[in-house]
Amino acid sequence: MISLRRVSTTFASGAKEPIVAVDDVSLEIPDGSIQGIIGFSGAGKSTLLRNINLLERPTAGQVWVGDTELTGLNAEGLRRARHQIGMIFQGFNLVNNLTVLQNVELSLKFAGVKDKTQRRRRAAEALEIVDITDKTKNYPAQLSGGQKQRVAIARALATKPQVLLCDEPTSALDPFTTATVLQYLADINTEFGITVVIVTHEMEVIKALADNVAVMEQGRVVEKFAAAELCREGFAPTTSIGRYLVSDGISVRRAGAEASQGGFDPTAEGVQHYDRHVDPVRRDSAAPRENKIFAAVEGGLR
Amino acid sequence: MSFDIILDRLPEINQAMLETFAMIGVAIPLAVLLGTPLGIWLWSHAPGGLKPTPKSHAVVSALVNMVRSFPFLILLIAIIPFTRLIVGTSVGTAAVIVPLTINAIPYFARLVEQNITQLGTGAVEASRAMGATRGQIIRNVLLVDAKPAIIGSITITTVSFISYSAMSGLVGGGGIGDLAIRYGYYRYETETMIVACVLMVILVTVVQYSGTRAARWTDKRVSA
Ligand SMILES: Nc1ncnc2c1ncn2[C@@H]1O[C@H](COP(=O)(O)OP(=O)(O)O)[C@@H](O)[C@H]1O
Ligand SMILES: [Mg+2]
Repeated sequence: MISLRRVSTTFASGAKEPIVAVDDVSLEIPDGSIQGIIGFSGAGKSTLLRNINLLERPTAGQVWVGDTELTGLNAEGLRRARHQIGMIFQGFNLVNNLTVLQNVELSLKFAGVKDKTQRRRRAAEALEIVDITDKTKNYPAQLSGGQKQRVAIARALATKPQVLLCDEPTSALDPFTTATVLQYLADINTEFGITVVIVTHEMEVIKALADNVAVMEQGRVVEKFAAAELCREGFAPTTSIGRYLVSDGISVRRAGAEASQGGFDPTAEGVQHYDRHVDPVRRDSAAPRENKIFAAVEGGLR
Repeated sequence: MSFDIILDRLPEINQAMLETFAMIGVAIPLAVLLGTPLGIWLWSHAPGGLKPTPKSHAVVSALVNMVRSFPFLILLIAIIPFTRLIVGTSVGTAAVIVPLTINAIPYFARLVEQNITQLGTGAVEASRAMGATRGQIIRNVLLVDAKPAIIGSITITTVSFISYSAMSGLVGGGGIGDLAIRYGYYRYETETMIVACVLMVILVTVVQYSGTRAARWTDKRVSA
């Protein structure tokens, strides 16, 4: 169980009012589940996600992962805890001058695996999970976006973490590649029981993948529901932002400062909709690698 | 143009080249050795860095700026007592190496700081998330990704200091630039000056060419 207890994160911003990026959020994420966090840009999603591994230390509240209170650890303890919490990013964040294999080795090196042979073997194993076996000697610049994100997933998985944090992992990818990456995340969740926390601004991503959803606005979690509700006829979230996100479209641009002022009006000028359809991923992993989406994309990549 | 003059001057030209190599060959490696950690320190202790210590950062940064702002000629004179302490003399090639190095360290450090800043924070973030120590991040991520840019900085520093070293004549440091000044400016031996200048151009070109090649060789950001 990941447990955020009354977590707040405030950023000082010079002479101006401090920015409250995360405002008194409490959230419990059951082990082995996929938790979606959705909201518009600036809602505080990334900060909340970064609160979980203390990449951003909360200014108030407690963060628990399993039996450990991360907010109570010293630097050394925190580093050790982080070996159990993988993280992937929108921009992949690979080391450009290292090969794919070396990039994955990095997490093992940081986790204290001293033996190079062992590191290489485990890195290759992790890359196999995301089906990157023939590009291990390539550099990130030689990969497609989807492949880069898969390498990043392998890097996060190599230390066999219990939790995988994903900050907009598919926002830089086209819908097709998005589906593949989400499929890997779903497979990893079912095969290894890893708890996945995924931040996104797209309800399609949530629909495709999540068990539970938390909707964020202005630093607060304004509502939570089970993702299965999204498929139920007549389901309507209680907040206007929730209703909007659930509706047919996805906002890609919003009018002026309105975005963070609350009282969001989806019909306002400047709000654009576009249809980005992401196929649902299979959550039963009897034969995950035979998945349709998967096979198609693999065929296309090679 | 008389070739006899040049032939007569060959021993001096030879000697001057050796002096230039000595000055650059000692000052630049020392600047790289000491300037790199200083540059990394400046980056990681700056506000928003890996380990922000705003007060000591401000002090070190001011010191770096101070040394950087001294015109080389003034520095050369100003630190004569220090130079004498280090190499036992205030004249000659060895005596020029000291101010050259003192000037090159902060110069190079600023370049390295810049090189690291330009990497962006992505890979560092990912490393922090992986539970890396600061040392691990510096060794395995920053220096790895900044390597091509740092090689570029070594090239720039070398070229700049070949030029600075021409001012060594003030304390009898010699070198090819000084030769050009002494024979060309004071003795109107245009031939010698031209040869010295051509040698400087060749030297700078070779340094720049190899530096660019080495930087490109180590840079894996563009698909080959
Ligand atoms: N390091 C930071 N320093 C100052 N302000 C920040 C920082 N990180 C985020 N913020 C601010 O906090 C708010 C929430 O940001 P973020 O968590 O990135 O939102 P989201 O991921 O939902 O787009 C924004 O107003 C943002 O400008
Ligand atoms: Mg974000």
